[in-house]
Amino acid sequence: MLQIISLLMENKTGALMRVTGLLTARGYNIDSLTVARTLDPELSRMTIAVGVEPHQRRQLIKHMNKLINVLQATDLTDSPSVTREMVLMRVRSAQESRTAILKEAEIFGARVVDSTIEGFALEATGDIEKLDEFIDIMRSYGEIEVTRSGAVAVSLEAKKLRLSPPVPRGGEEARMEEKNGVI
Amino acid sequence: MSQSQLMSGSKILLECLAREGVDTIFGYPGGVTIPFYDAMLDSPIQHVLVRHEQNAAFAAQGYVRSTGKVGVCCATSGPGATNLVTGLVDAMMDSIPIVALTGQVPTKLIGSDAFQEADTFGITRSATKHNYLVKNINELPQVIHEAFYIANSGRPGPVLVDITKDVFQGNAHYSPVTSIHLPGYKVYTEGHTGQIRRAAQMMLEAERPMIYAGGGVVLSNSSDELRELVELVDAPTVLTVMGLGALSAEHPNFISMPGMHGSYAANLGMYNTDLIIALGVRFDDRVTGRLNAFAPHARIIHVDIDPAEIGKNRNADLPIVGDLKRVMPKLSAVLRELKPEYLERPGLRAWWKQIREWMEEHPLRKPVVSADEIKPQHLMAEIDRLTNGEAIVTSDVGQHQMWSAQLIRFNKPRLWINSGGLGSMGFGLPAALGAQYANPDKLVVAICGDGGFQMSLPELATLQNYGLNVKVIIMNNGYLGMVRQWQELFYANRLSQVTLDSFPDVEKLAAAYGFAGRTVENPRDLAEALKTAFETPGPYLLNVRVTPTENVFPMVPAGGAINEMVMGPPQPAALTR
Repeated sequence: MLQIISLLMENKTGALMRVTGLLTARGYNIDSLTVARTLDPELSRMTIAVGVEPHQRRQLIKHMNKLINVLQATDLTDSPSVTREMVLMRVRSAQESRTAILKEAEIFGARVVDSTIEGFALEATGDIEKLDEFIDIMRSYGEIEVTRSGAVAVSLEAKKLRLSPPVPRGGEEARMEEKNGVI
Repeated sequence: MSQSQLMSGSKILLECLAREGVDTIFGYPGGVTIPFYDAMLDSPIQHVLVRHEQNAAFAAQGYVRSTGKVGVCCATSGPGATNLVTGLVDAMMDSIPIVALTGQVPTKLIGSDAFQEADTFGITRSATKHNYLVKNINELPQVIHEAFYIANSGRPGPVLVDITKDVFQGNAHYSPVTSIHLPGYKVYTEGHTGQIRRAAQMMLEAERPMIYAGGGVVLSNSSDELRELVELVDAPTVLTVMGLGALSAEHPNFISMPGMHGSYAANLGMYNTDLIIALGVRFDDRVTGRLNAFAPHARIIHVDIDPAEIGKNRNADLPIVGDLKRVMPKLSAVLRELKPEYLERPGLRAWWKQIREWMEEHPLRKPVVSADEIKPQHLMAEIDRLTNGEAIVTSDVGQHQMWSAQLIRFNKPRLWINSGGLGSMGFGLPAALGAQYANPDKLVVAICGDGGFQMSLPELATLQNYGLNVKVIIMNNGYLGMVRQWQELFYANRLSQVTLDSFPDVEKLAAAYGFAGRTVENPRDLAEALKTAFETPGPYLLNVRVTPTENVFPMVPAGGAINEMVMGPPQPAALTR
């Protein structure tokens, strides 16, 4: 089973590389990764789906939390959360199966975003397994082309975000603190 | 200084370094750092010109490890930066706070395969605790102060700041930084009060406790706090190769180093204990041997400032995340409060008796002397006798490192300086250089193998150049000894690429650099040769020819359990079988 990790991080150059670097250094292949800025444009929210051995998962989250640019890394695999993915799909179909395709699309809650003589472009969202099924069914109607967004997830628990306050630095106070062994 | 004034990036950098208390930079200039080196001419900060950038990082580490201050090294773009990498990874593994400054090609040339361009930011991402690429001069002061804070707080480590040439050359209004804000960087120092209480209770209830302390005690400058704790718990104490000196080698509770080349008593102690009190250690494979056979009867108290160390290799029954400097006094306070309830600890007395028996059965420090050749153990015993636990000793990596760690006493922390985690050959000489620069009045001895010495040989010029009186002792067995030992023991003695012939004449070599050198091979001359080396003013190169095929024992074979030590060479009967 894939580990679903949600990260809140600073929207800075190299932050993405630091996170993926932890995974590649351990030889893990990323199944999907999505990232976009949050309401606060200085922050990004990232969702990673990655195959990690269960006994390594806690360790991985700890290492992600150690990254300076990461404000919070959370393992959503087994905690109350919602995971969704979007799929955009082109279906080429024969004239006679058009109605059937639209029926199926309706069952899966997919929207038609384009329609031509050759077929349709469809948009669907749902959990990963449901989209797998949808793709399988559409394949039976003819040639398809699929782009998946990768998983995005949100925790259903309010998790307290602990942030570090500013620290005095760069002047005498920093030097004194160091001398007194505060740092 | 006025509130804001127009300054060049180079000057701003030097001002920020001065504000961080930097007095020395170990480095090597190059094309893009010329503006920085030009500004340095007018700065009180000293620069030590090493002969290879890797050694700038190692020398900075020698400076840090011997003083506890943050070290600074500097290299140019491209090859200068890539040459730093080994030194950075080495610092990362041993949690050594250094700030590395590298030059980068001008911003507009980045990505164009410009002369001496390399993706330093990308290359050093996993080699550092954190790294920066500065393309905007206005960010420079903030970044520099962040770099020093990150390097030296929490679990320390190296931080690299890559600075483009246009930032060095540009001008900006500089006003001093007064605070930095890293919201995602969390440092846990205090330790959980309830956990601390439970830990103290476990310590007093244990019948066969062992204290297993390491580099974290040295890094947090908490030797005194450790000694207090050791005496309150009265547990046998082992120190890792990174922790030697954290408790004086003369302390009655000190047993020795545990692990692959640890002592019989230390390893049997770790195997049979019912409670490991782990302080600033990381259950490294060289300590634990086969993990599932390590301390099978023990519960574990693990104190570390890095939450990611807890449960990494061995699950902790009682974890405490915090700074040893803060946590150990709290533990001691609870111990003092609880101790009257535990006046009778009969199990502990029996445990000490058992430990003492093991120590007598196979003492680590037994004389190994031959009339015909200098035994490596003899060499280390003599260095031990002459330095008497007070000198700074650096080492390279291999057999000589293990014999040094086993046989030389260190009565204080920050005297024993070696590449513990990464195991970088060539570390000893440049680390000694940095340590001697920081401690001009102290005896600094670099113990090198004949392999590692040749990796850092150009630094002999730096010693002479700066009048650094490092005493370089080469334990010369003509082999890459540790690899040869493994080939002998585990590969049917099929020796492959481990013979180091054509070693130079050190007397001539030292003379070529302008100081004294000598080769010694007769055991009768050893004591006098070492004494001469230590007492002759200036750097000294002493090449000690030792028994070529001596092996380090005890030894836990890789993947073996720590109670299954090989205590010595196979007996003749076993050889003929």
